[in-house]
Amino acid sequence: MNNELPKWVDYGLMPLINLTIAFAVAGLVVLLVGENPFEAAYLLVRGAFGFGEGIGFTLFYATNFIFTGLAVAVAIHCGLFNIGCEGQAYIGGLGVAFACLAFDAYLPWYVIFPMAVIGAAIFGAAWAFIPAWLQATRGSHVVITTIMFNFISSAVMVYLLVEVLKPAASMAPETRTFTDAGRLPKLDWLMEMFGSSLGGAPFNISFFVALVACYLVWLLIWRTKLGYELRTMGTNPEAAIYAGIPQTRTIVIAMLISGGLAGMMALNPIMGDQARLNIDFPAGAGFVGIAVALMGRNHPVGIIFAAILFGMLYQGGAELSFDMPSISRDMIVVIQGLVILFAGALEHVFRPTLMRIFVRGDN
Amino acid sequence: MSGAPAIELVGINKSFGPVRANHDIQMSVAPGTIHGIIGENGAGKSTLMSILYGFYQADSGEIRINGKTVKISDSQAAINLGIGMVHQHFMLIHNFSVLENIILGAEGGAILNRGVAAARKELERLEKEYSLEVDPDAIIEDLPVGLQQRIEILKALYRQADILILDEPTGVLTPAEADHLFRILRQLKDQGKTIILITHKLREIMAITDTVSVMRQGTMVATRKTSETNVEELAELMVGRSVLLHVDKKEATPGEVKLSVKNLTVKDSRGVTMLDNVSFDVRAGEIVGIAGVSGNGQTELLEAISGIRRARSGEVILDGKPISVTGGANPALLRERGLAHVPEDRHHTGLVLPFEERENAILGYHGRDEYSSGMFLDLDAIRADAEKKIEQYDIRPANSKLKTANFSGGNQQKIVLAREMERDPIVLLVGQPTRGVDVGAIEFIHRRIIEMRDAGKAILLVSVELDEIRSLSDRILVMFAGRIVGERGANATEGELGLLMAGVEDGAKDGARKKEPA
Repeated sequence: MNNELPKWVDYGLMPLINLTIAFAVAGLVVLLVGENPFEAAYLLVRGAFGFGEGIGFTLFYATNFIFTGLAVAVAIHCGLFNIGCEGQAYIGGLGVAFACLAFDAYLPWYVIFPMAVIGAAIFGAAWAFIPAWLQATRGSHVVITTIMFNFISSAVMVYLLVEVLKPAASMAPETRTFTDAGRLPKLDWLMEMFGSSLGGAPFNISFFVALVACYLVWLLIWRTKLGYELRTMGTNPEAAIYAGIPQTRTIVIAMLISGGLAGMMALNPIMGDQARLNIDFPAGAGFVGIAVALMGRNHPVGIIFAAILFGMLYQGGAELSFDMPSISRDMIVVIQGLVILFAGALEHVFRPTLMRIFVRGDN
Repeated sequence: MSGAPAIELVGINKSFGPVRANHDIQMSVAPGTIHGIIGENGAGKSTLMSILYGFYQADSGEIRINGKTVKISDSQAAINLGIGMVHQHFMLIHNFSVLENIILGAEGGAILNRGVAAARKELERLEKEYSLEVDPDAIIEDLPVGLQQRIEILKALYRQADILILDEPTGVLTPAEADHLFRILRQLKDQGKTIILITHKLREIMAITDTVSVMRQGTMVATRKTSETNVEELAELMVGRSVLLHVDKKEATPGEVKLSVKNLTVKDSRGVTMLDNVSFDVRAGEIVGIAGVSGNGQTELLEAISGIRRARSGEVILDGKPISVTGGANPALLRERGLAHVPEDRHHTGLVLPFEERENAILGYHGRDEYSSGMFLDLDAIRADAEKKIEQYDIRPANSKLKTANFSGGNQQKIVLAREMERDPIVLLVGQPTRGVDVGAIEFIHRRIIEMRDAGKAILLVSVELDEIRSLSDRILVMFAGRIVGERGANATEGELGLLMAGVEDGAKDGARKKEPA
């Protein structure tokens, strides 16, 4: 009766095969533009992990993707596909910025920091609330509504930044720069422990917030009553109704948590790096979160690994395009796209073949 | 056509995992006749027709059309062989016109106009020939169901079908529409078409078919000439005398009424009445069995009582206090009030198959204090509880961390039964307790149900297995078309119940709740 793959195949071999193929196809693309794919791969990996600053950037990007990956995963456990993390993160930035703008003249960073975390979560969750409510009570599909809310959020943010939040004398559509109290400490000491240095990389303590969030999400999904209800709803809605699990409440709560996590992503670029709220700071992290969640199998541990992989592609890709001028930024986006395609969208392409190899005696 | 049968099936086998949907099927249909296939839901009729229409491939066996062995790999191949199918659920595009629907898939080239003009002419000819009375430019969603079905038939005829398969064609029709359909079918037969009619309604078989095959549990149990058989024989063949299960039980000692259903009416989302003014009582310490061919309102009855589905009108009283069946009662709250429910379909409703066994062992009860502390689940308590039940119910493999999907059907059912029975409920609703369960487990399950009764629980049992109903119940209610058409004592004969199940009503016109001396 056993029709499951061994765990090491399911969680180890299959992602590895997917990745290998993604990189093989990416290699062909590199070959097409007339460069040596092995050299390109070497440059990419070295750019991401070869020196302290590179590692710092890789983990900085990974921090963003952990938040958005967790956000997508929580919603998926409840059977909801939250494509709106980009918008929720963008709006979440308001929560961070308001906390910093209001208090950075009076309070130290460690007091502002928790306020920013809570503010980001509240703003992100609020932005997810309307799609959640519409899904739960009217059946409007969250995929559609959250996409629309992404567009609305970018319009709202441009308006706010240009008309409301921009200092009078400035030409740039962004808030004023926060004082030092509005910046998060960098993790230089962590790098120094390994005998390296962070250099200019903005790797900061929101990485730890992300790790704590991973633990809390794991607790929520597998150890709480609410998590049990989310998973039941997401796996078998009919059984959820049979069990008397309230549909509207569960869907709304799942989306609020998802939106809150997406919003918290804003901490990292805003308080951890820019020290100001600027146009389009999420820069696609919300969408990468979908691939990260898919690749990480919606499990926090998997999400951490997948986030680091995508962090590597972002950072290593930037280095690669610098070292190999014929490989432009756009080419890097193509490679990232291939990884998303094979590791995310086509995740299960090899499952039937692997099933044939590893699961025998079924028929 | 040298007297070869229009369709011949030889030794067709088809399994879905461990389930044998079709087992060594032999069938032969003469050209220009109407052949009926009857059997209960799940008997394998639809699977067989899906094989004939190319939706499924048989695991083994042979299909011969007009004497020639053929391989039907998809529905296009079936169409090319002159087989047309009218599905139970129509395959029409609602905002297209009749004409557009008919040419769908046979548009005839990239430019639509030419094909449409030719199709219109052909369609008019067909309509006249068979007097189908359909306006080619009407939009599907504006048409009544009976007409939509005629369009399905037209679709098949347009594709030059010589063999027409109709799957439960009257399920959605009013009696008048059904009569019209039968007139059309007779006309088609007169034109030399071969028709296969799948149904579970004996009346229709007797009214229109020339020959009839009876299917039960995946096998073809008999084929008869319709003129040489009768409703009683067919009912018996259809319901079967599988294993005569004997259950030892004492005389029931019914106490007070614990569950009282009054004038319960349920309509589905299309407004079709699924449950029509149903009333009955269940007392403490008795088992009331609901017999009936599946799809006659039993599912809706259980769902309405347990709060899963809203009733349109009526009342349900649980242990003296009403349940708001029309206002959406919360199933979780009803559980707290002592209503346990073993749902008919454990896979879709009763279990979350990818979950661990122990997670399913608390489904619906997960909010209870015994399984949680604060907002967290108490995993130790859950495991201890699951392991206790695994031992009590001999659930195998005895591993509470195993995925539920990896248990056999019988063991999955035991997981559900253990969960619902071990709560000391006041009222127990049990749907199809032994569907897909092996014989050994059946005995155990029956014994547990009787023990529950003897412990003073009020039990409402729904089953399509007549033997099960007869051996367990203290009183038997028969449902047909959403109504209770008769009540019998535990010693009612199979033939008697079979007739009621087939909709042949009691002598008494108001038959419903008349007590019958046992």
